Amino acid sequence: MSISSYSPQEIVETIRMVQMERLDIRTITMGISLRDCVSENHARLADRIYDKVCRMGSGLTAAGAAIAREYGIPVTNTRVSVTPVAIIAEGVGDCAGRDAMLGVARALDRAAREIGVNFIGGYSALVHKGATPGDLALIDSIPEALASTERVCGSVNIGSTKSGINMDAVAMMGRVVKRAAELTAAADGLGAAKLVVFCNAVEDNPFMAGAFHGVGEADGVLNVGVSGPGVVLRAVQAAPAADFGELASIIKRTAFKITRMGELVGRAASARLGVPFGIVDLSLAPTPAIGDSVARILESMGLSRVGAHGSTAALALLNDAVKKGGAMASSHVGGLSGAFIPVSEDIGMIEAAGMGALSFDKLEALTAVCSVGLDMIAIPGDTPASTIAAIIADEAAIGMINRKTTAVRLIPAPGKKVGDLIEFGGLLGHAPVMAVNRESSAAFIGRGGRIPAPIQALNN
Amino acid sequence: MAMLPEAGPAAGGNRAIVTVIGVDRVGIIAAVATMLAEAQVNILDISQSIMQEFFVMIMMVDLARSPSGFDELKAALNERGNAMGLKIDIQREDVFKLMHRV
Repeated sequence: MSISSYSPQEIVETIRMVQMERLDIRTITMGISLRDCVSENHARLADRIYDKVCRMGSGLTAAGAAIAREYGIPVTNTRVSVTPVAIIAEGVGDCAGRDAMLGVARALDRAAREIGVNFIGGYSALVHKGATPGDLALIDSIPEALASTERVCGSVNIGSTKSGINMDAVAMMGRVVKRAAELTAAADGLGAAKLVVFCNAVEDNPFMAGAFHGVGEADGVLNVGVSGPGVVLRAVQAAPAADFGELASIIKRTAFKITRMGELVGRAASARLGVPFGIVDLSLAPTPAIGDSVARILESMGLSRVGAHGSTAALALLNDAVKKGGAMASSHVGGLSGAFIPVSEDIGMIEAAGMGALSFDKLEALTAVCSVGLDMIAIPGDTPASTIAAIIADEAAIGMINRKTTAVRLIPAPGKKVGDLIEFGGLLGHAPVMAVNRESSAAFIGRGGRIPAPIQALNN
Repeated sequence: MAMLPEAGPAAGGNRAIVTVIGVDRVGIIAAVATMLAEAQVNILDISQSIMQEFFVMIMMVDLARSPSGFDELKAALNERGNAMGLKIDIQREDVFKLMHRV
C-alpha cells in the first residue's frame, strides 16, 4: 500500500482532532471478576481480592501509556471495575457484614494504588427488586467506604424496567448520598461524587463512578470509553447553515471516526494484556477543559445558552446521531453510549447553571433523551434526605418507563447554599450549587415498598 | 492528490506514518530522511503539500528492519522537530486506516 491511500487532508484531520480538538480515549477500563475470591474469612477475602486485582491489572497502566505513544492518541485514564462487592463479601462469617465490606473497600483502594489506576469501581449492590443482608451491609457502609478510601467508587441499582423501582432502597439512598457528602465535608462532599444511584444499570460500563463488572461477564474484559465533544463541536461549528438532516449526518460521520479509535485502542490493549476486548462505549464525555464541552455543541446548534428551550431537542438529535455513527463503526458497542451532561465536568453547563439559564428541572428533562442522568449536580447541603430520595425516584421513573439507563450523582454540599461554588478539581471540576424544589416529598418517600414493574416489562 | 487503491492485508503491520507540520524551509525532507535512514527505517512513500499556510509532509515508513524501538524513534523525531521549530511525530498506520476507511 502506498501513502496515497490516505489523502493529506485525512491525515491532517486525524492529527487536528487529537492536538486541537482534544480527541482522546477517556478510559480503558478492565473489568475483573471477583467471584473466585469469595471466602468466609474476611482477611483472606481481602487478600485474594488485592492479589487478583494486582495480578490482572498490573500491566494496564503501562499498556495504556504505550498505546498512547504509538498511536498518538491520548489515553486519559486507566481504571478497573470489579464484581459488585455486596455479592462477593456477603458470605464472610467471622465479622459483621459491614466490617467485611469495608475491608474489601480498603483492599480495592490499595490495589488501585499499586497498579496505578485512578479509580476502581464496583463497591456496588444490585437491589432493584429487593436487598439481601449483604446488600444492606454494603449500602450502610458506603459513606464510610468512600470517605476512608481515595480511589474506590460505588454504585447501587435501585430499579429496572423489568422489576420496577425498589422504593425502600430509594429512601435508603437518599440518606446514604447525604451521609457520603457529610463525611467528606472538608472536600465539599467529594464522597457523593464517587457514588452513582442507577436505574437499569449496565454491566459493561467503562465510565466512573458507575462502573462495575457484571455477573454475566467473563473473568476479565477490557472496555473502552471514547470521548471527543471537541471534535463534534468543531464539526457542528463548521456547518452553521446546515439543516437538521445534514447536521445529524455530520455528527454521525464524526462519531464514526471517534469510535473507530476506541475500537482500535480496545483491541490493541486486549492483544497486549491478553484480556478479551469487550465493548466501546460511545459516550461523549465532557471535561472542564475549554473546548471539551457537550453544552457548547448544543449551543453551536443555535441556542444562546444550554438550558434554553430547544435544548432537549438538540440533545436528542446529538445523542441519536452519535449512536448511529458509532454503531456503524464498531462491532461491539455497549456501556452507556450517549452524551453525558454532568454539570461540574462541563464548562458550558457550569456557566449556564451559574447564570441561571439552566435549571435543575431542565436538567431532569434533558436526562430523558441523554445517555445517563442527573450527574455531578451540587445542591444545598441542607436538602432533606427525603427530597434527594424523591429526585432519585423521579430519575429512576424516567429510566424505567423509557427502558434506558438513568443515574443520579448529586452532591448535597455540606454547609453550602444556592449560588455557592464547590470545587473538586481535575476531571471532576467545579459547580455552582443549584436550587431544588423546597416542597416536601417526605410522606411520599415514607410509604415504602416497590413501584410495580411497568407494562413495558411485559414483552415476553 | 490521486487516491490509489489500497494493497491487501499482506502488506504487514509494521508501518507507520511520519508527519511533519510547520513553516516551510530548506532542508526539512533531507533532515528527516537522514534520521530515518540512520535508524534503518525504510521510506515507502512521501507526500507534501501546503495546507492552511502550513507545510505538511507525510511519509509512510516501514519499521520492520529498524533496530530502534518505536518509542526511541518517536522521541528522536520529536526532539529533532523541536530543534527545527517543527512538529514531527510518528504514529502507527492503523490509526489512519481505521479512522478513514470502513
